[in-house]
Amino acid sequence: MTTTAPRTSFTAQASNYLDERTSISTMVAALGRKVFPDHWSFMLGEIILYSFVAILLSGTFLTFFFEPSMTAVHYEGSYVPLKGVEMSAAYASTLDLSFDIRGGLLMRQVHHWSALLFVAAIGLHMLRVFFTGAFRKPREINWVVGFILFILAMAEGFTGYSLPDDLLSGNGLAIINGMIKGIPLVGTWISYLLFGGIFPGDDIVPRLFVLHIMLLPALVIAFIGIHLVLMVVNKHTQFAGPGKTNDNVVGAPIMPLFAAKAGSFFFIVFGFLVAIGSTFTILPVWDFGPYDPSPVSAGTQPDWYIGFADGALRLAPGLESEIFGLTLSWNILLPIAVLGLFIVLVMFYPFIEAWITKDKREHHIAERPRNNPTRTGIGAAGVWFYAVLWAAASSDLIATHFHLNVFQVTWALQAALILGTIIVYWLTKRIALALQKKDREILLHGYESGNIRRLPGGEFIEVHEQLDEYSAWKLKAYESYAPVMVRPNAKGRITPATHLRAALSRWFFEDRIEPITRSEIEASKHDH
Amino acid sequence: MVTRKKTGRRHPLASTALLLIGLVAAGGASAAVSTIANASPAPESAHSQALTVEDGAELFRANCASCHGMNAEGTEHGTSLIGVGAASVNFQVMTGRMPMAFQGPQALQRDPQFTQEQSDAMGDWVASLAPGPERPAEEWLDTSAVSDEEIANGGVLFRINCAMCHNLAGAGGALTEGKFAPPLHDIDAAHIYEAMLTGPQNMPVFNDNNIAPEQKREIIAYLHYLDDNPSVGGFDLGALGPVSEGLFIWIFGLGGLVAVTVWLTSKPN
Repeated sequence: MTTTAPRTSFTAQASNYLDERTSISTMVAALGRKVFPDHWSFMLGEIILYSFVAILLSGTFLTFFFEPSMTAVHYEGSYVPLKGVEMSAAYASTLDLSFDIRGGLLMRQVHHWSALLFVAAIGLHMLRVFFTGAFRKPREINWVVGFILFILAMAEGFTGYSLPDDLLSGNGLAIINGMIKGIPLVGTWISYLLFGGIFPGDDIVPRLFVLHIMLLPALVIAFIGIHLVLMVVNKHTQFAGPGKTNDNVVGAPIMPLFAAKAGSFFFIVFGFLVAIGSTFTILPVWDFGPYDPSPVSAGTQPDWYIGFADGALRLAPGLESEIFGLTLSWNILLPIAVLGLFIVLVMFYPFIEAWITKDKREHHIAERPRNNPTRTGIGAAGVWFYAVLWAAASSDLIATHFHLNVFQVTWALQAALILGTIIVYWLTKRIALALQKKDREILLHGYESGNIRRLPGGEFIEVHEQLDEYSAWKLKAYESYAPVMVRPNAKGRITPATHLRAALSRWFFEDRIEPITRSEIEASKHDH
Repeated sequence: MVTRKKTGRRHPLASTALLLIGLVAAGGASAAVSTIANASPAPESAHSQALTVEDGAELFRANCASCHGMNAEGTEHGTSLIGVGAASVNFQVMTGRMPMAFQGPQALQRDPQFTQEQSDAMGDWVASLAPGPERPAEEWLDTSAVSDEEIANGGVLFRINCAMCHNLAGAGGALTEGKFAPPLHDIDAAHIYEAMLTGPQNMPVFNDNNIAPEQKREIIAYLHYLDDNPSVGGFDLGALGPVSEGLFIWIFGLGGLVAVTVWLTSKPN
């Protein structure tokens, strides 16, 4: 009988070596068993993260060749229609990246398409969180962190858009300059501070470059870190289902299933972006020429995520008034005020809703949108409001492509912005309530099977069938709120805030469909 | 679990395949028929003999006079054409803008309704009424000898003078009250020149003191360079800038990836 010492494999040795020096096994043990619920909408956040990785990698390549300087040079590269034209070094190096540096154009296009996808995915991810109520306690702070990421992403996008110093992005900067100068008293000074003198000056590109590649990315990475840590700490929400309660998380553990899935999804997203970048032109800056303050182009638009602000400028009425020798341009101040209010409302929505509902419980079950009709209505109205502003940014293209009068397009969009938002809120709330009624009906009386029987007496009936347990659970599992009552506080007084809260709470929960009770189910069984 | 019960049964995709075959056959046949139907008789180049000024007057009275008046003096439906010159006639007629299809904010471009000879005859007659801008000489339309630097200069002139309405990439743009500046892709050199010279519709006139004939030729060369050298970055999505790019990334980019997420999280049946 021979005893052989168990030969440890190379992987075992290597992991042992690592563990003895870093104690990484505790982390792997803790995180590796962390469970994530499975639903397609829970993967939207991953699209954001992976497109950000694509942005970082392609962006690093671009910084090797981009020259953030507004020094005047004469172009000597290979693009014929700009030969010998005077331009800034920034624009010339962008042209070199596009025409004379191997892989440069691909990297530029991957970078820009990834940026568009990054912000778009943030938008969709935010909508998912909003409509399922995943921002409720304990996730309010993470909503704010995520919203700050959205603002940072827009800032990243805008600073990057302006870097090539082409005529189109220069037009965009001119609009920003105009908006800043429209702010009373301080506007002109802020503009001088930002551009280092009279617009456009020689400083703006290097300044934006520093913001774009240092400050903003550092902030984005920091906030992504906070966002992910909070997600791990708070755990992920899940949809209701048999065995899925408010106190557990049902899904796949990170190791190995979730990691494998997420890892392969990374490669899919990255490959998808490179495929788009290699087949579709994005922002052909060579067509636009170098920036020069005198020419302005028809059809000047910002990238899609700034479109809502451009649209607000286009829809604002052209009013102006003068007070104490100060000109107030309402066509600029109004959009700034309205958009500012919109952003603040979205950012602090979790706290506003929590105050109205007086709900201090933790929520780990994602709500189906129909089960909170008022919130769903508010969300749909917000989406409509944003989408109309967004459409307004392309009012001129709508006019030319559909052979319409651009003035009439503007009036129609103005009406859609205000009336449409109200109609969409009302309609969505009603549809959500109707869907709840339908769910209730199905639970109590089953669904229509399409099977019609004739009874011996000659009567026709349609056979209703009961849902299976799994499907029924989905319809049953929700909680209903009742409006908050007006009650005196400890001092026996009813404050105006209490009245306001009661009024808002009535608005939220007055129209509601109660979940079915056991007795109702029992009663319904005797019907058939 | 799933076992094929009868071997004689059709494949589940058989009906789809049959439908596809039917559609392809029908589509192919209709395409063939329409090709034959559209094979128009040889254009009316049979009477290639030169038309005279008198023929031009005849054509004008038959086709244009109802709006512009019997002697081009104008009516309430159309402006006077006395002094507009042959260049203007050639541009309006040979781009199909005149005769106008219908009264609207702006005459729309369509297939020209006259041959070059007929148009020239009408132009000569209109020019005989009063002096006006002539049709451009061939040397200003021939861009074969234009150097790279001159093309670049054409680009500079284009951005300063034209981009405001026609867009930096020549994609066109909206004007007030339903009027618009048309896209400038694949336009005949003579028509570009004449448009600058005569300022049709809502376009301002860029006369020879404003933009010299050599510079007009540079602008034409620049526009034609863009036509001949398609976007190096791949499909250009209509060259409409950020609007079409935004729609693309939302619909196909994000839409495609959402489809992938649905696929990744789907449960096996």
